[in-house]
Parts: sequence; C-alpha cells; structure tokens
Amino acid sequence: MTEKVKKGMKNSQLNELNRDIFLAGVGGQGIGMLSEVLIRAADYAGYPVLGVDTHGLAQRGGMVVSHLRLGSKAFSPLIRKQQADMVIALERNEAFRAMIDYLKKGGQLIYYDTSWQTLATRLGQEKDITGEKIEAKAKELEVKQEAVYKENLADARMQNMVLLGHIAKKERIPEIAVEDYRQAIKDLMTGSMLENNLELFNSLLENES
Amino acid sequence: MKKLKDVLLAREANSEIVIGNSALVRAMIEAGTRVVSAYPGSPTPEIAEAIRSIPREERPFYFEFSTNEKVATELAFGAAINGHLATVFFKSVGLNVAADSFVQLGHMELIGGMVIIIGDDPGANSSQNEQDNRHYAKLSYIPMLEPASPQEAYQMYKEAANISQQENMPVILRLTTHVCHAKEKVKFASWQRQEFDSKPLFDSSEENYVPITKEVFPLKRRALKKLEKTKDFAKSKNLNTFIDNDNYTRGIITSGLPYLSLQDVIQQLDITPPNILKLGMINPLAEERIIKFLQNHEEVKILEELDDILETKIKRLAFENDISCQISGKERLEDWIGEYTPDKVIEVLGRTWPDMKPAALEERQQPLSPRPAQMCPGCGHRSAFYAIKKALAERDITVADIGCHTLGFLPPYEMGEALLSMGHSTSTGAGLSLFNEEREVVAFIGDSTLFHAGLPGIVNAVFNNHDLTLIVMENGTTAMTGHQQHPASGANFNQKTEAIPLRQVLEGLGVENIYETDTYAQKKLQQLVEEAREEKGFSVVIARHPCMLKFTREQRRQGNYKDKKVKVDQEQCQHIYNCISDFACPTFQRDEKGDISVQTDLCIGDGSCLQTCPAKAIEFVEQGGDKND
Repeated sequence: MTEKVKKGMKNSQLNELNRDIFLAGVGGQGIGMLSEVLIRAADYAGYPVLGVDTHGLAQRGGMVVSHLRLGSKAFSPLIRKQQADMVIALERNEAFRAMIDYLKKGGQLIYYDTSWQTLATRLGQEKDITGEKIEAKAKELEVKQEAVYKENLADARMQNMVLLGHIAKKERIPEIAVEDYRQAIKDLMTGSMLENNLELFNSLLENES
Repeated sequence: MKKLKDVLLAREANSEIVIGNSALVRAMIEAGTRVVSAYPGSPTPEIAEAIRSIPREERPFYFEFSTNEKVATELAFGAAINGHLATVFFKSVGLNVAADSFVQLGHMELIGGMVIIIGDDPGANSSQNEQDNRHYAKLSYIPMLEPASPQEAYQMYKEAANISQQENMPVILRLTTHVCHAKEKVKFASWQRQEFDSKPLFDSSEENYVPITKEVFPLKRRALKKLEKTKDFAKSKNLNTFIDNDNYTRGIITSGLPYLSLQDVIQQLDITPPNILKLGMINPLAEERIIKFLQNHEEVKILEELDDILETKIKRLAFENDISCQISGKERLEDWIGEYTPDKVIEVLGRTWPDMKPAALEERQQPLSPRPAQMCPGCGHRSAFYAIKKALAERDITVADIGCHTLGFLPPYEMGEALLSMGHSTSTGAGLSLFNEEREVVAFIGDSTLFHAGLPGIVNAVFNNHDLTLIVMENGTTAMTGHQQHPASGANFNQKTEAIPLRQVLEGLGVENIYETDTYAQKKLQQLVEEAREEKGFSVVIARHPCMLKFTREQRRQGNYKDKKVKVDQEQCQHIYNCISDFACPTFQRDEKGDISVQTDLCIGDGSCLQTCPAKAIEFVEQGGDKND
C-alpha cells in the first residue's frame, strides 16, 4: 500500500468562481430550508458546494446562521469574518449584525424587512434596528444593501421564499439559473407545501420589476 | 421530493448533498451494522433523524434511544459480544456518563465489532464544556479515527467497522460539531441488502468477559497488543494524508476540521505553503510516518484544536529519536480554547510564522449585544419560571439542570444559578442545603433528564432526608435536542409504549410531598411552590405543560392547527411592561414610543400571557366573529 499523497493546489489553478454566502436569522424563520435550497441550486448549476448550519441551543428565538460556500477554493465549511460576498438575512437585527461581522467591502446584503426584536430591545436597553440604520451602516462599510418585503403573505414561514424569489429574479447569484432554484425546491418539498412555495416563487419572478 | 431514505437505501453507487450525520447512516448500512443505540445530544441527534427517515420494517438494523449513554453503550456491547456489528453514538459529555462501562470495552473480545461515534463540541456550541475526548482513547486503549468532512466520516466509519471486526476490538470515530453538521456532496458506494445470521454467538467458555482481580492482566495485555497492532492500519488503510507543497523547510501536522481551516488559509496566501501531514488516525499514531515527517522538515508546527494530545506524543517521538527539527505546538493559553475555525487558525499560525498572516481585517465595532437562545413562544417553562420566581424569596438558591429549562438562568428570570451536568441538580441542591438555615434551595430538572441520570439524586434525597424542593419541568419530550421520546412519553423510537408514570415513580421511591399542576395555571403553581418550599425535608413539584413547539408542529401535521393570536389593546395598556420585563415572551415588541405590540409571526395564540397583564390589555384576536378564549 502506498501512502495517500495529494499535490497541494496553487492559487493560479483556482481562478474560477468562488462565492461565500452567509445567511442569518432567528430560530423558526426557515433559514435551514433557504440554505438547503441554495446549496442544491448551486449544485444543479454545476458548482462545488460546501455549507454548514449552526444552531446553538434553542429551537426558537436564538440566533441561527448558515454558511454556504461555492467554488473549489473552499475547504472549511465556515466563512471567515468580513469575507462573505453576500449576506442574506431574514430579519433586520440579524441583517445588521451579520453585515458588520461577515460581509466584505463591496459585498451585498439582502434582507427581509421585518424585525424579531432582541431581548435587549424589548427590555428597552437597545433601540430596534431600522432600515435607515442598516442603510447608513452599509454606506459606512461600503457594501450594497437591499430590503425585500411582501404584503399579505399567507404564511410567515414563506418569507424565505420571498427572499429567494428576489435573488432569482434579480440574478443576485448570477451563476444560478431560475430552473436550478426550481429544481432544488422540488427536491425538498412535497404536497401543498411544494405547491404553495412554488406558486409564490413563480409569481415573484413574473410580477416583481 | 428527494427522500433521504431513498439515498440511504439506494443499491447503486450514488452521490448526494448530505450532512455528516446522515452520511454516517449510509456507512452503517453498507458496513452491515446490526444494532445501533444512542442518547440524544448535539451535535449527533441528526444521525437518528436520518435513521427515522427509514421506516422500521425497511431499516436494516435495530435502533433505540436508550435512557442514557451508559445504557446505550452497554446495549451495543451486549450485541457485539453476541456477534453483531454494533454502534453507539452520543455527544462529547455523554462519554463521561458512559465511561464506567466504556473503559472496559478494550479489554473485551467484541466478536461482532463495535464502533463508538462521539460528537465533540469545540467551541461549546451546545455543551457545558469543550472537553477533548481524544484523552479517552488513550485512557481506554481504544483506536480513534478522526474525519474532517462528511465524505471522510462516511469512509472512516466503514474503516472503523472493518478494523473493529477484524480485531474484535472497539474503535472510536470522533467527529466535531461542524463535521457532523457540514453539508457536501458525498459519494456513496453500491450496497446489497445482506442476510444476517441471528444465531447468538456469545461463548464464555471461549473468552473471558469477567475481569476480576488477576483476570484483569491478560485482558489488559491483550488490549495493549491489539492497540499496538492497529498502528499499521494508518498506513495500510490510507488513513493519513501527506499534502506535498514542495516545502521541506516548514511542515504542519494536523487533523480533522483544523486541517480544512488550514487549507482555507493557505489559499489566501502568496507564499509557498508548508507541507502538511493530515492524521486520520489519532490513536495510536503512525509513529514511523511522523518521525519521517519530522526528519524531513526544519520546522514543524502541530496544529491541533483543544488540548495538546498530538503535541505531547510527537515531542516525545522527537526526543526518543534524537530529531533536531524545531517543533512548536500550543504557545499560549488561548490556543487551548475554542474551535479552530479559519480565523482562529490564522491567529495561531500567525504567531509561529508571521508571514502566514493574511492582511488584517478592518476594525469594525459590533454595537448589538448577542441574541441569546430563549424559550419559545408558549413555552410552559416561561409560565413556570414567571410563577416560581414569585413564590421564592430573594435569597433562595436555585439549581438548574440540563435542558430547555436551563435557559431560565438568562434575564429576566435568572432562575437556576448553578449547573454541572445531566441529573446533578437534586444532589447539588442537597449539598447546598447543608448548614444552611437561611436560604431555601430549589432545584429544577427536566423529565428526560430525570430518567437519564436524575433518579440516583432523588433516591439519595429521600434516603438521606435532604431538605430541598425539586421542581420537575415536565414537557413530555426531550425538547432541546429535537423532541426525542423518553420513558414517560408513551412511545419509544420504534413504537407506542406504556408511559412510565412519573408521579408513581416518585411515590414508589418514597417521596412524601408531591404537588402537581399545569404550568399555565400560574397562580396555582406559585401557591404550590410556596407550600413545597415551607415543607421540611424533600418535596417535589411536577410543573407540567407539553412542549408547545412539538404540540403545534403535530397540530399542523394533522391539519387541526388553529391560527390563533393575541393582541394588545392600546387603550387598556398602561405601559406596566410586565409582559416584556417579567413574563418576557419574545412575541411582545416595544416600539420607539414605548408602545407594546405583538409580532404575529411569533405568536402562537396560546394565551398564557393574558393572566400576566395587570391592566388586562392582552386579549385574543377575534376570529370570524367568535371571540376565542
């Protein structure tokens, strides 16, 4: 038997796409599903993908993040601080937090425009994070930011799909095609859940300008 | 929809994006594992979720959640000495519970083979410490393999099973949190369902399984010999990897997830990276290979997470073999702490080799305080803590145990001021009650934990007549790890069962003062705790409410979920803030003016908050003309 030997990779061999996407939200917002759709869509688009969800203790209400890494330059499933190309957040407080901790200069923040207030805010110790605060901070950090929101959503658990529809429609991850997202959704859902989510996803692609 | 079950049972070779924990189940199936047991604990419970995706009649092996890790280990051991390939899995600190039996395993001739899967938790993501279980491999003379990724976890389980069956010895597969939970496309081999022989092969006339006094020595000698022999497997089974970066000045020896972090860091540098020896076998070490690596490099850094296990052994090898290579390992206290993420590896390596430090990050201030985990909307524990806090005196001492209710130590409840381990609370509370006439002691414990390791402490409190109150926070499930059944749930992993009745258990143990109520009856609970607290001796309050997350999920699944909500009547509201400051359901939000509203995405309409508002401003939202109450 010979020893397993790998030739180390040189930087020049790795000039293809690499994209780090950091997802942030609160337990119960459907971040796991969103990240699962994205990782599968990226796979359908032909990219090597790695990821990891981190969910500390609680089922509901604690911070939940997910790391997603596209491209062959990624080894660890974890994204370094201030190195994410994109932050996707399901809520304003976590959008603000993740943008500061993880987004790189020139990166893109996309967040769902709602707030699940932190304990400190509820106790009156800290002010709630508003869209204006996010905008100002984004400017300071030299990152792009956009808020997504849909009125009269049948189920709050479909806010993640509103984000996904926006990302697909605006081609925010240019390497992933609409059909890749659709295929990923079909892999992960069934029955009325699939119908409702797919219907919403498709309508977002048509209607949003 | 793609079903996990179809991936796990596919006959043909295939590849799928899965987490490490799911990949392990495919490996168990391919290896011909027959008996699997566990106690739920992060980062491992998703192994059972993957097993659950396969209906029992199609499952190629027997699986159970046992009452604790020690029981689970003994179950797997029993199966293994009867000829079945067995596996037990649990979290890092679970090994402490299992240890009494676990440390014997190496002495035994495990004719079926046995793999112990341990989910260590560097970074203490969901544990009370970040203990390094590589110590236990040395302590018990058991080989240990350490995968870095889901693909490796899958492959190394099969290698571990293979070594175990070949040598009739246990083998440990050590994963860490972000190996268990990492997702990637894993390549699976083909698999054919095999016919198992159900003949019981246990034979005590062939092998001695009773290590008493002088019988210990031949068994220990055999364990050490087997361990010595497994050194060769690192080479023959390709468990270690040499990454040749053509740099014979600097080398790095590493393993597991830190290896992947290191590779990440290397990608960001313009200098020639060090050569790397990545160890897949952590115990015993491939000594010859390591000696060669040390001899071939001028400087070698040992990059290991948590403790200095590799460093100690490698430095000893260098000393014994008179190697002049400059070896560095842990350099300061912080090197022993935390997960070796890419950011951490930069910090650790940068101190040894400053040219390996990428450009520093810009200074950014994070103004937000961390968002701590908290109890869910509708959680029965919230009502319990709210009521119990009123029943206790300021200086009373409260003792927490492990489970969702541990979160009660956070503001605003601040209940549960000391925590050691699963099941400790009654006995720690008993100790606190000694020479203590001034401060009453109240301990908490969850129902799953009570059966896991809480019973001996309760028996002791009765037996030695300790003066404290125990509050059993009964929610009918093992909630924090994802709602696994326990002995009082009325079902095990495989089927419905007679629930072991908690009250009768306590009565049978001789507990004289037992009180019980649903926790939503906050006034009653407060009154019962006040009474129990006044009683001399040991009393128990069963504070019961089903886990509402589980309850509402089941309702949604069954299609009878009612979308109820509460609202705050702004005219009634007097800004007393009891709802956010004392009861503190995360549903209540405070706007800039100080007005309170309900975040309807969070509210489940349980209404446990209504009774907490002195101004009676919280009410149910009327639905379809009917007022729900």
